[in-house]
Amino acid sequence: MNTAINYDAHRATPDARYGYQVFTIGSFSFTRDEYFVRVSYPKGTYVSDVGLFLRAMMRDVAWGFFYGWVNFDDVFGTVNHYGSVDVFVGSYNAGYQSAGTDFCERFDANKLYDCFHALLSDWTNEGFDPFAAPLETGSPYGSKHGNNDAAVNFQRELAERFVGSPGDTELRTDARGFTVNRQFADVPQDEPEVHTEPGFEGQLSAFNLFAYLSRSPVTWNPSIASVVGQSAYCPTSEEHMLPILHGNDRVEWFIQLSDEITWQVADKATAAPRAMITMKAGDIAAMPADISHRGFSPKRSMLLVWENMTPGLEERYGSGELAPTAAEF
Amino acid sequence: MSTATRFASTDDYVKGGVEIIGADSAPRYLFSNMFEVASKAQAWERVVVARNLEFTIECARAEGESPWFICAHDETCLVMQGDIDIHFIAAETRPAADSNGAQRVAGVPAGANMGHVRLARGHMALLPANAAYQMRARQLGVVLLQSIEGPLSVQRWASICQH
Repeated sequence: MNTAINYDAHRATPDARYGYQVFTIGSFSFTRDEYFVRVSYPKGTYVSDVGLFLRAMMRDVAWGFFYGWVNFDDVFGTVNHYGSVDVFVGSYNAGYQSAGTDFCERFDANKLYDCFHALLSDWTNEGFDPFAAPLETGSPYGSKHGNNDAAVNFQRELAERFVGSPGDTELRTDARGFTVNRQFADVPQDEPEVHTEPGFEGQLSAFNLFAYLSRSPVTWNPSIASVVGQSAYCPTSEEHMLPILHGNDRVEWFIQLSDEITWQVADKATAAPRAMITMKAGDIAAMPADISHRGFSPKRSMLLVWENMTPGLEERYGSGELAPTAAEF
Repeated sequence: MSTATRFASTDDYVKGGVEIIGADSAPRYLFSNMFEVASKAQAWERVVVARNLEFTIECARAEGESPWFICAHDETCLVMQGDIDIHFIAAETRPAADSNGAQRVAGVPAGANMGHVRLARGHMALLPANAAYQMRARQLGVVLLQSIEGPLSVQRWASICQH
């Protein structure tokens, strides 16, 4: 694999057929029509439904390429090297590998971010929110009509210590534009009582995490609610399907707080199926560092994603210094 | 169509599970259920249900009053079942600054009363570094503690996880 970093900026050129721009970066060219995206690369062409592609691209951009692999499907995706990012076609698919049609190119992370963000902004039509559950948004299809930059530029909330602590991220309220989601209308909205003695003002904090999650306007987009050392609680509300297959470069944990999600687990290197994991309220499971996973949530549910943010973990797992599983018995 | 939100408790939980469909094994996923763990635990025992190198999520059966704990770093407490008060004291004696995990304090720690928080299901509290705390359950409850592995962390993966 060529690991030289391409620092060239992307190019965007008009395409009169459907009104969308064509984006080119390095050896890749991205074109969309009313229904599909076509990615041209030196060894062939990749085609996908544009709705699926935009939902995946939204997560890749919003998460800054996230931890490890962001697979848009079994063929196309990115790998985060924290400063540089691989864009690949078929590099982690046994069929492409055996045919020799896999391809990968490494980019400066900022240059690639600029390209993907511009693409997302141009290709997202008015009325379509790639962060929203399918039942809560309009269609991604058709010729270009308007945009939805308010949705595309949504910023997730990242607490540095604890939601609601002095100087940290705020609670979600009607006044801030965070209304209770239709599928969490039955979630109590009461807040904890905090009784602080004089002299200790601001040192005690508590909030209603379930109410906080019931007011999330987006799906499959973890925020950060609390941090202990490098341990981050990343709660999120989930509905329909995780638009990506997340390939782990470290161990990640899921704590199912409400309702149910089924996870489809595959081999990270070949996309071969490995397991199906059904998680119901109260269930806890680890995602090892050598798999990819995609979740399916038939009803909007509350999931606590737990991450270890320690710098350099990707290298320690990648080199084999750390075992891919969190514990053995 | 019903959109009732489904939470669970020690009296009302249904476990999912791991189905292996390729080259893999269920124990790698360390699959457990916090309500089952709490059902079988001693009161206030801190059973590790998730571990990420030194970091832990510990599950405790909340019943009656806990011992007093103190920790050199922040922790958090998420109430998954029950109504729980947490009382805080600015302890005069602090744990070693480089120590990890909660430590038990014998008796009531000397120091000023900082106050208390009153929590119900879904509520989450910060347990600030170097503030001694005692949890008082108003009925049987379950809490998740975000912490770092320490002397009170109990690991028994073989008995809590799907084989």
